[in-house]
Amino acid sequence: MRMSNTSLWILWALLTLALCGWLGYSLLLSDDNEIFLLGQTSHGHHQIELACTSCHTSAFGGQEVLQDACMNCHGDALKAAQDDHPRSKFTDPRNADRLAEIDARYCIACHREHKPELTGEMGVTRPDDFCFHCHASIAETRPSHAGMEFNTCASAGCHNYHDNTALYEDFLLTHAGQPDLLEKMRVPVRGHHTDENHADALTLADIDMPATLSMDSDIPSQWQQSAHARSGVNCSDCHSNDAADSGVESQQPAWIEKPDHNSCRSCHEQQVSGFLSGMHGMRLAAGLTPMRPALSWKPMRAQAADITLSCNSCHQAHDYNPVRAATESCLGCHADNHSLAYQNSKHAALWQQEISGSADSGSGVSCATCHLPRETHQKNGKDVVRVQHNQNHNLRPVEKMARDVCMHCHGLGFTLDALADPALRANNFQGRPAAHIESIRMAEERLRQQQENRQNRGTGQ
Amino acid sequence: MNSKTPRFTLITLTSLALLSGCSGDTEAPAGIAPQKFTDALFAVMEADRTVYTRKVVQRLANEEKVIKASEHWSDDKALPLPAQMFRFGSEAVAEKTDAFSYTLQSIWPINDQNSPKTQMERDGLQFVVDNPGKNFYGEETLGGVTYFTAVYPDVAVSPACVSCHNEHRDTPRSDFKIGDVMGGVVIRVPL
Repeated sequence: MRMSNTSLWILWALLTLALCGWLGYSLLLSDDNEIFLLGQTSHGHHQIELACTSCHTSAFGGQEVLQDACMNCHGDALKAAQDDHPRSKFTDPRNADRLAEIDARYCIACHREHKPELTGEMGVTRPDDFCFHCHASIAETRPSHAGMEFNTCASAGCHNYHDNTALYEDFLLTHAGQPDLLEKMRVPVRGHHTDENHADALTLADIDMPATLSMDSDIPSQWQQSAHARSGVNCSDCHSNDAADSGVESQQPAWIEKPDHNSCRSCHEQQVSGFLSGMHGMRLAAGLTPMRPALSWKPMRAQAADITLSCNSCHQAHDYNPVRAATESCLGCHADNHSLAYQNSKHAALWQQEISGSADSGSGVSCATCHLPRETHQKNGKDVVRVQHNQNHNLRPVEKMARDVCMHCHGLGFTLDALADPALRANNFQGRPAAHIESIRMAEERLRQQQENRQNRGTGQ
Repeated sequence: MNSKTPRFTLITLTSLALLSGCSGDTEAPAGIAPQKFTDALFAVMEADRTVYTRKVVQRLANEEKVIKASEHWSDDKALPLPAQMFRFGSEAVAEKTDAFSYTLQSIWPINDQNSPKTQMERDGLQFVVDNPGKNFYGEETLGGVTYFTAVYPDVAVSPACVSCHNEHRDTPRSDFKIGDVMGGVVIRVPL
């Protein structure tokens, strides 16, 4: 039996409407946008690849919209790293010919997303000899570079495209000749809230939890021994939204059974901001469900697969033990070789000595010492030490860890060699570096040559 | 409503449009002439640059020695060098507008990336060295856009300029004197 034309038109219209409805629902109402994913994203973005509007903030505007999205998340880090190739270098018309090769005004010129077949270690989607396009004549001013392949500029451990704060020539010369282990090996010690105003310490008698609620019997003692109780932070400070937040002056604050990062943020703004910027919190920042180890591309412990990451997943509620958060919390999930090797490392032994009280504060090395490092900031003219809670901040390229972490205890030469040795990184730095970075020797040789030339000019030789 | 009203309106608007298009006089582009614009910009740049060099760097770093001036000003907790101060301003402007751009360049740059790159930059920088007190103006096309390009002499105004450039280990020239043209400011305006 043949269908009439009218029936076929009706069928076509219904199928089209159904398809449009399904796509529209997926796009606007459903959390599952996978149908629209054009290809897997890089290691940096895979967690939020289904939050399309994190990057595609507008359907119109093209590259500029994407560029704004890149800078919204990465702009501050690039400024902090004193980016050696900022956009402003390439908007200068004298570089117009260079843009024909690589339009470096836009991050996506080198970091294209949804292109797994092109994506390299640093999320770079260009052949790794890209420096050639602008620095082809480098050997004319740096004869030592003659014959070097352009795909070795970064891979040899000498240069990065963005962050060279630990690699620039005068820094190498200033720190040349340092011993592997510095005379004083100390990381900054966390401040005890000396930069904040806190109330007097509280006791169990001060607990302000509503009498109608019940709780686990060990919670009060955990809280009493915590920094919160010592700093005058009561139950309601975390467990309720205040009247101002609720928008109704006379309304009683609502009790929040399980406070999230927004409660923490009211006192720990920078820590929460760091958490939301890194791999642990970026899904929350993008409006997605919390990160779970099961979603990670890195080896994780099977039993931890479904832990949802929040401030409390590392710090635990009520006791907020910073020692446990510094190693045990990390190792409860992470199961890569580097993490598994930690307990037998020299760093771990130093950490054990510090937390047992047999060594000074700042002499031990926990997971957090390197991956959530203590940073010294200036506030009202005073040094304030805060923990950087974005554990991605110093992770890639590896040299980013040199200045803010390794060089508290190690000389620059040893640091660069150790960071450049993948096997040493994997076994958590047990042994000597097998790699050797030539940059310090080359800088010293160039300085010696310049001094010799100047001396010869002075004596007329 | 009268059905002829829309047609009448259309005819009236078309007639007005045609009449206005046939008015005859072609008005000259309004605004400031590019050379006057770049001369004014340079006057401000040169004044600020001279003030920073003499009253900040030369005074505090070289004479009173209360603070250092360093290329690595952040690490060394020092003053940015005058050339860096100028470049930071240029980069900040580039983030705000593309109505003009400017750079500091030299035939004898400490950083090779600041050597002249286009033919007009080479011609302009050589001109301001060979003709003290004069500026260089021209037009060039870069990336399909035509620019009014002006090159102004950058003169050593203080002992700080001379000593720093002569003694820098990467300098290609070490005999600068006060009053010498050490380089040039290149200002571009898209036409």
